[in-house]
Amino acid sequence: MNASSPDGPLISLSGVTRTYPVGGSHVHALDGVDLTVRAGEYLSIMGPSGSGKSTLLHVIGLLDRPDTGRYLLDGRDTGTLPDREQAALRLHHIGFVFQFFHLIPRLTAAENVALPLELAGVDAAGAAARVHQALAELGLEDRAGHRPDQLSGGQRQRVAIARATIMQPGILLADEPTGNLDRHSGAEVVELLEELNGRGIALLVVTHDPVIGERARRRIRVEDGTIVSDNGAGS
Amino acid sequence: MKTRRQARFALRAVTASRLRSALMLLALAIGVAAVVVLTALGEGARRYVGGEFSALGTNLVIVLPGATETTGGPPPIMGVTPRDLTVQDAIALSHSRAVERVAPVAVGIAPVSRGSREREVMVLGTTHDMLSVRHLTMAAGRFLPPGDPERGDPVAVVGDTIRRELFAGKNPVGEWVRLGDRRFRVIGLLADTGRSMGTDLDQVVVIPVSQAQALFGTPGLFRVILQARGRDRVEMAKADAMRIIAERHEGEADVTVITQDAILATFDRIFTALTATVGGIAAISLIVAGILVMNVMLVAVAQRTPEVGLLKALGATPRRVRLLFLWEAALLSLAGAACGLALGYLGVAAIGQFYPGFPVAVPPWAAGAAVAVSGTAGLAFGVWPASRAARLDPVASLERR
Ligand SMILES: Nc1ncnc2c1ncn2[C@@H]1O[C@H](COP(=O)(O)OP(=O)(O)O)[C@@H](O)[C@H]1O
Ligand SMILES: [Mg+2]
Repeated sequence: MNASSPDGPLISLSGVTRTYPVGGSHVHALDGVDLTVRAGEYLSIMGPSGSGKSTLLHVIGLLDRPDTGRYLLDGRDTGTLPDREQAALRLHHIGFVFQFFHLIPRLTAAENVALPLELAGVDAAGAAARVHQALAELGLEDRAGHRPDQLSGGQRQRVAIARATIMQPGILLADEPTGNLDRHSGAEVVELLEELNGRGIALLVVTHDPVIGERARRRIRVEDGTIVSDNGAGS
Repeated sequence: MKTRRQARFALRAVTASRLRSALMLLALAIGVAAVVVLTALGEGARRYVGGEFSALGTNLVIVLPGATETTGGPPPIMGVTPRDLTVQDAIALSHSRAVERVAPVAVGIAPVSRGSREREVMVLGTTHDMLSVRHLTMAAGRFLPPGDPERGDPVAVVGDTIRRELFAGKNPVGEWVRLGDRRFRVIGLLADTGRSMGTDLDQVVVIPVSQAQALFGTPGLFRVILQARGRDRVEMAKADAMRIIAERHEGEADVTVITQDAILATFDRIFTALTATVGGIAAISLIVAGILVMNVMLVAVAQRTPEVGLLKALGATPRRVRLLFLWEAALLSLAGAACGLALGYLGVAAIGQFYPGFPVAVPPWAAGAAVAVSGTAGLAFGVWPASRAARLDPVASLERR
């Protein structure tokens, strides 16, 4: 993404809270989170189940709005942006990878990858070329015409990663990307994500797997909606 | 997404859930077909009546004794019965330059007999001009001869039923029949035309008007039928008739003059209104179909909630999501309308096959209106589900699996 301030942080959260009303009380999914991420960084986010990792990723990915606190994306305050502009930011600057892939079952691999291009209004010929290239880089060119149910889990996740990066975003958010894969496919997926990070994309991976978590240069631990450790804070 | 792509994407969504889409299609198709068939029946009725009316003759003006409208003046001191409409009146009417032919009509019931066979018939007293005024055709012999309307010979033209019942099916021309206490020579046989606006011409005996007046003992005519010289002369003929009768009846136009066009226009209005009403009733089925569309779309939104969540996560704006579902509704509505039109026209064609005499036809506005209503219903009832989809929260939607 085009950094408006080349040396400023890509992501800057300060005092972010997110509460959900549950029954009569409130659950603090995020409780005063401060986090700064620079362009091209590689973070792993770990913590117990229900600690707020997904919520954090959703807030960063503009899928969820904080109740209080500020979120600057590339220097821009996102809190006041209307839905339409948040959608545009998601489309062009943020890629999402989910545990359950979330491919549309009736569309082929190529069509799933092309979805963001369609949303962006890229012309059919240009889109086809880019999709072909993206699938080829992942070694999936012979799977382009297959539907998700004709693909293995690892292949599905690679298609999902191709879709998340087809718009060449500056941020790639992965919420337990290996959580639904066997060890071998999981390792392949992590290698792929790291390769993309090597080309400059900022990578934030939520994981339960300490082996995967340890691979990141910067490791964050979340408990009860707050960041309890961060080996790269302020660096 | 460009329009074509949006349509294609929606099309894939539609074809992915075949049963649901088929249900919606069927509902809309039945509604459209109902509109098409019912309005075609109404239009057929209108054309049927119009056709019957034109068969009576063209550019006709009918003069009836007695004014229907009150003139608004003070009531007459002495009870005034309307003056009779006479053969002399009819002759005077023929002097109008707008009038081409005049046929006076006297009507009565009389027993007709030949030998021992006898039956009651309607006797029509008229003149030679009646032949062309009413577009009558002869099966044998000739019609009443031209000549002075006040002095006709005792001759008769009979219908087909009379031939069968009194002449045992043999050619009656040249034979004699008895009407009341008078003898008439049969000179012609009317062609079998069936019913024509309530008068079964097969059962009449036509005699010169002067003979009919003598037979019934009254100078009064049942009516006088004028044929104008052209369509543009009809109104003039009507005005002339009023004026001439007023001149002859001491300043009082105590007749009612009806033009064929006016009657036809009245029937036309009645049947057009009927067709519209029936079409409207059928359109209610389209509203019902629209509600079904809404339900089906709501189910579609519910089923595709994770998909909507995904599209939003990928960067689809609410507007885009709404458009996607509206496209789906529009495509289904259009397809349903197309199927309904096909079904409706097929039904109309089938009715035409079974009842060749009934001029059933889809009025051009009906097909258009049916498609418009189904499209509007489909879209209108698609709006709410679509905006529900547009408002979905991406995170919650994605987690619903
Ligand atoms: N939509 C929601 N409604 C109510 N509570 C929620 C909702 N989403 C998350 N939470 C709660 O917020 C907390 C953090 O959830 P989450 O971010 O999904 O945790 P993690 O991803 O670390 O497992 C949990 O206690 C969870 O129950
Ligand atoms: Mg989670």
